[in-house]
Amino acid sequence: MTTPIVEITDLRKSYFRGEQVVEVLKGINLKVSEGGFTALMGPSGSGKSTLLNLIAGIDKPDVGSLTISGLDISSLSENDLAEWRSNNVGFIFQFYNLMPVLTAEQNVELPLLLSDLDAKSRKSRSRTILEMVGLGDRLDHYPNELSGGQQQRVAIARAIVTDPTLIVADEPTGDLDRNSASDVLNLLQRLNSEAGKTIIMVTHDISATHVANEVVHLDKGELISNEASNK
Amino acid sequence: MRVPFQYIIRNLLVRKVTTGLTAGGMALVVFVFASILMLDEGLKKTLVNTGEINNIILTRKGSDTEVQSTIYRDQASIIETKPIVANSVDATPLLSKELVVLISLQKSNAKQQSNVVVRGTSTKGFELRPDVQISEGNFFRSGSSDIVIGSAIAKEYSNTNLGDQIYFAQRLWTIVGVFDAKKTAFDSEIWVSREQLMQAFRRKNFSIIVFRSTEKQSINTIQKEFDSDPRLSLDVKLEQDFYKDQSKALSKFINILGMTLTIIFSVGATIGSMITMNAAVANRTNEIGTLRALGFKKIEILTAFLIESIVLALIGGLIGVFGATFMEFSDFTTTNFQTFADLSFGFVMTPIIALKALIIATLMGVIGGTFPAFHAANLEIVDALRSK
Repeated sequence: MTTPIVEITDLRKSYFRGEQVVEVLKGINLKVSEGGFTALMGPSGSGKSTLLNLIAGIDKPDVGSLTISGLDISSLSENDLAEWRSNNVGFIFQFYNLMPVLTAEQNVELPLLLSDLDAKSRKSRSRTILEMVGLGDRLDHYPNELSGGQQQRVAIARAIVTDPTLIVADEPTGDLDRNSASDVLNLLQRLNSEAGKTIIMVTHDISATHVANEVVHLDKGELISNEASNK
Repeated sequence: MRVPFQYIIRNLLVRKVTTGLTAGGMALVVFVFASILMLDEGLKKTLVNTGEINNIILTRKGSDTEVQSTIYRDQASIIETKPIVANSVDATPLLSKELVVLISLQKSNAKQQSNVVVRGTSTKGFELRPDVQISEGNFFRSGSSDIVIGSAIAKEYSNTNLGDQIYFAQRLWTIVGVFDAKKTAFDSEIWVSREQLMQAFRRKNFSIIVFRSTEKQSINTIQKEFDSDPRLSLDVKLEQDFYKDQSKALSKFINILGMTLTIIFSVGATIGSMITMNAAVANRTNEIGTLRALGFKKIEILTAFLIESIVLALIGGLIGVFGATFMEFSDFTTTNFQTFADLSFGFVMTPIIALKALIIATLMGVIGGTFPAFHAANLEIVDALRSK
């Protein structure tokens, strides 16, 4: 196994549902290799999205160690964690989560506003990335003027525009038709194989796992199998 | 502020109805606030501009108004001989002994009568106030029952055309002229021959004396000179200061009324803004979660929503100030509590008033936006992302 970028040791997470404590993750141990493409699978309530949120630094574990590129992100303050996310993580959501009042180009530029790049460089980079995902002719379109597949490609462009170490995708094909889903998965695969991006993807769709090189199964908050994909 | 300004502006634009209604509420408050300040400014300007800068007005000690004051004829004779009184071109003292009385006249657009100042004066009264110019007709003839009326009287009272007759002091007086006093308090007066007015009201004494001083001495020095003569128990004031002081009570009333209305309205508008911004936060919870996930910090989200609220308030503020400027085309007439006479004055917009009105709008935006912005900034990212 190559150098792990994500190292998780005995990770636990609980939520309160009313007065009841629900243990969502029950001591997860996992390593994700740098440049790997990992698919997290499992039934609803298995804890896969919670695990993804913890890896992405938008939630904090109760117990356990969570190290990304050697940095224990669970010890970071809220502001440091926000800065870490802006530099290291690219997000892809099931429902794209684009800003409806901004154009495709402005949506892609959004994470770059947190960098030191000037306006000209930000624009040029956003355009390049949008052209790379095949939307060079849709720069000035608002999300409601784009199809679901196109919107997800804008979201992917937004996720990679800062050149992050890690891309996390939560059901990226869950809201797409078969053709669009296939396009998005192919794009993710290219990002992994050609650009060397580490991708962790939550999916329900067994057919989506063919692009991953590792499939992790979770059930009831526990990791039940961790196997190499047969892609 | 790293959340793009365009995101803030376009979010306001896409919610046209709520943005319009909230900005409208704020515009109303700003309109009321600016109009009250404009009214106060108009009052002050009218009364401050009344009178000439080098004119000195003498009243009986302790009299706040011309109507309350009495100056005896022998006192007037002494004053005329004072070296401080400048000479007119005809080598006579540039001094006007005046009688000021109140009469009731019928307003053209109201059922009730209003008090009007009638000033008994002479050609010297006009000479001392060069801004008062006959705009229609002629001066009154000395010793006649002619009267000239201010432009505000001509506009607001019935039967005030040239040649019309007005009945008071058991006499009919004929309007022979209209004067323009450049929007000062004199515009709300009737001027008449002093001796005729004294006869008609059976008065032996004058109300005030106005004179032009020969040199620029401080008013305290002139007061001391008059105080040193036991026969002259008089208050000495610059004519402009005298009329300015008469604006104090009305100005205070306008300000208290205005502030009360503004406070009541602004509470409503601020609550409206708070509701609008809360709805904006509720509708955009998912967007807030996304922005936070992308790395925007709490303070940046808070600032963005606060700016959105302030921009919304400033839109209302600008509309309110713009609307208020149209008030400059209208005049306002009310009774001056100090003189009990009607006074006509306009609304006057100044850059300071516009600035104050926009500051009020900004304050409403800040107060209305703080809680929703704080709420938005403190949403849990995971919960916000789950929101549809």
